Amino acid sequence: MCWAETVSLMGQDKQNLGLLQKTFGIRWKRNLLESAIKYVLYLCAILSIFTTAGIILVLLFEAIQFFQEVSIFEFLGSTKWTPLFASKHFGIWPLVTGTLLTSVGAMLVALPLGLLSAIYLAEYAPRRVRGTLKPILEVLAGIPTVVYGYFALLFVTPILRSISDEIMVFNGLSAALVMGIMILPMVSSLSEDAMQAVPISLREGAYALGATKLEVATKVVVPAAMSGIVAAFILSMSRAIGETMIVTIAAGQNPNFTFNPFVPIETMTAFIVQVSMGDAPTGTIEFKTIFTVGLSLFFMTLVMNLLSQYFVKRFREVYE
Amino acid sequence: MALITDVAFQKIMRKRKIRGYVFYGLCLTAVSIGLLMLAALLYNVLSEGLTRLSWGFISNFPSRFPERAGIHAALLGSIYVVSIAGVVAFTLGVGAAIYLEEYAKKGPFASFIQLNIANLAGVPSIVYGILGLEIFVRIMEMGKSVIAGGLTLALLVLPIVIIASSEAIRAVPSSLKEGGFALGATRWQVVRRLTLPYAFPGILTGAILAVSRAVGETAPLIVMGALTFVPFAPDGPLSRFTVLPIQIFNWTSRPQEGFHVNAAAGIIVLLVVLLTMNALAVFLRHKFQKGTRW
Amino acid sequence: MPWQCSCVINSRKVLDGDYMLTTDKDLIIEAKKVSVFYGNTPAVIDIDLAIKREKITALIGPSGCGKTTLLRSFNRMNDLIPIARTYGEILFEGQNIYAENIDPTEIRYRIGMVFQRPNPFPKSIYDNIAFGPRINGFRGDMDELVEKALIGAALWDEVKDRLRSSGLELSGGQQQRLCIARTLAVEPTVILMDEPCSALDPVATLAIEQLMRDLSKQYSIVIVTHNMQQAARVSDYTAFITADERRIGELVEYDDTRQIFTNPSDERTEAYITGRFG
Repeated sequence: MCWAETVSLMGQDKQNLGLLQKTFGIRWKRNLLESAIKYVLYLCAILSIFTTAGIILVLLFEAIQFFQEVSIFEFLGSTKWTPLFASKHFGIWPLVTGTLLTSVGAMLVALPLGLLSAIYLAEYAPRRVRGTLKPILEVLAGIPTVVYGYFALLFVTPILRSISDEIMVFNGLSAALVMGIMILPMVSSLSEDAMQAVPISLREGAYALGATKLEVATKVVVPAAMSGIVAAFILSMSRAIGETMIVTIAAGQNPNFTFNPFVPIETMTAFIVQVSMGDAPTGTIEFKTIFTVGLSLFFMTLVMNLLSQYFVKRFREVYE
Repeated sequence: MALITDVAFQKIMRKRKIRGYVFYGLCLTAVSIGLLMLAALLYNVLSEGLTRLSWGFISNFPSRFPERAGIHAALLGSIYVVSIAGVVAFTLGVGAAIYLEEYAKKGPFASFIQLNIANLAGVPSIVYGILGLEIFVRIMEMGKSVIAGGLTLALLVLPIVIIASSEAIRAVPSSLKEGGFALGATRWQVVRRLTLPYAFPGILTGAILAVSRAVGETAPLIVMGALTFVPFAPDGPLSRFTVLPIQIFNWTSRPQEGFHVNAAAGIIVLLVVLLTMNALAVFLRHKFQKGTRW
Repeated sequence: MPWQCSCVINSRKVLDGDYMLTTDKDLIIEAKKVSVFYGNTPAVIDIDLAIKREKITALIGPSGCGKTTLLRSFNRMNDLIPIARTYGEILFEGQNIYAENIDPTEIRYRIGMVFQRPNPFPKSIYDNIAFGPRINGFRGDMDELVEKALIGAALWDEVKDRLRSSGLELSGGQQQRLCIARTLAVEPTVILMDEPCSALDPVATLAIEQLMRDLSKQYSIVIVTHNMQQAARVSDYTAFITADERRIGELVEYDDTRQIFTNPSDERTEAYITGRFG
């Protein structure tokens, strides 16, 4: 812009003497200040790059050291995880199945409930109802997960145990149910955003053909918003995988390789907490498991986040 | 008497209408389940914990006896850690947002930074704890201290501040900025005197959202070394500490019923704090929005 | 009625010589004292209009005077707007479509609509057309029905090899014909068109106008247009609707198209047609 050109021209004219030099001196100082500020702000912005790099480097560095002592085949192949016992096994699968069991279970709850809520909010609810419901859903989303963990262990689990004797004190089911409620607002809100982005003209076209509200919602709006909804699902699943406190409190600390939701299991996140709270000295192989499991977790959520961004892009392309 | 008298059509029409009602019912049920769970949670917490709430609860330290245990250490720890996190995340985050929206040229580099921020927002919070453990606690040798915890949380909530502030700054009308430039103001002067005041409500909301998130975080601080049993008040930035959510976690995990009551009471305090912050956010946003109507 | 009667203008204009009683089999839609409000703001007041069967009727007038509102009231599309309220009666084949027990969904099945901007669904051409019949429980040969609809909309030859490709890949004019085909697939009696050519280029416009003339042999068509030449070219009857300073739409004149454009009875009609305003 011509402002910048003016400034640089004035900078060059610094050589002029006399009255002019005083004015240009002030301008020059102002320039310096501007550049300094810009540089400081630039540093703030690239901090994010350093953070990502930091995460990757830290995890990789320690994980590589881990894999110098433990074979990667055992890590990816064995179904026994006992790094804190005397006889150590390092198969990651019990933790992965624990994570998947609770996360998929949570999604089984959150997906239908969240999508139905989203359809209700986007297509059925009158404005006033939307105005009260949406803040309430946001409250649900803002409750700290440790509170949900308390709820799972001390409210939901006793109820489940009164229904069936087979359910143990620590179990995957309770955690999955409560986690589902926790991510329900996320599924609902993101899906609703996707559905709101579908233009009204599409809905009108369907109504004009004699469609009922249900048909417009399920056969026109939801299919049209599908990429956005899929992105919402994937992102929510990623959140469930990364969730820590609910599973730590309610699901247990038994790295069982099982798909039984009634028994204690351990998720990747809960294991990291377990080791951190224990007294594994720095530098030991037990300590290094934090980073290896952390790396696996990071990798899983990264893949899902990138996948979800791909779907958001596909969705945007249709409507923008 | 309907418009179309064809019998087959009417039969199908009736089926479609019934399906519509059933579906509507399903949607309402879905919404109600969420609301019901929230109500059950609040009811449970309040009925269990209200009895334990007292001035003593807030001023006592944890103890082996549930009736004598309090959240004093945890509360102070939370205040210190979250304050550090808030201040650091706010300054760095708003700075980054200003750079991205006002200074950076729209190109692959800026998009790369945006991509980074979006990804960081999706990283599980426990991973930040691992990062904080290695960088702040070990490499920078801050120890498992209040300041390390504050910085760890700052990194965690930084993306929230950046995203919210970016949106707020983007919403500033370009006519406003152009007016400033036309009067000979420098870029920073326009930002400081025109853009930021206009975007302030949005930025503030982002900050309060970030602080709310930080208050409730448990996992990253556990990993980075916060204690779960702290019988003293943190006495400086290098002191060891605990925070309220960790205290709640600790009490919840104990087998004794008495500690569960404490946990409920702690949850009430935590929720009250969060509610106050959110109410403050709404209030401040309204207050400032009234003022910036040019 | 919630408004003061002093500002109501009763505009019971008649077709020169052709107007008959309500049960005339020639009339497919009759609007009787129709008024539409958005909240407390009146859009049109006290419209009496009788649409003739299997003819093309054009609603012309300056923008924002309520032509589209009136058109949309014919198939109860205004019901989708929460603050819209409609008063009066609209008879379709003798039955009041605003009666208590009438389901708007059924009406829209019989009275179709084509919109200003083409709005095909993000589905294949085939699925766009099959949408209407499918939701209404059609069990016959869908391929045949799709072909028939596309032929009726003069689009078959252009798309017969790519029925599975997306409707959004077509040009503007083709998309609009796709929307017409979609409407034809449910075999309505009336087709309402809200400025169907305003988003299209002249070539596509001419194609649609030709299509309209062909369609009027089987369907009754009501078209809103602010292109007077189009109304003169295409329609059999024309209604001129305008609004006074209070922005309330009223029917000024309704007659044979030839009559309206060569010898209008009302001076406001003449002023609009000769371009003195609007």
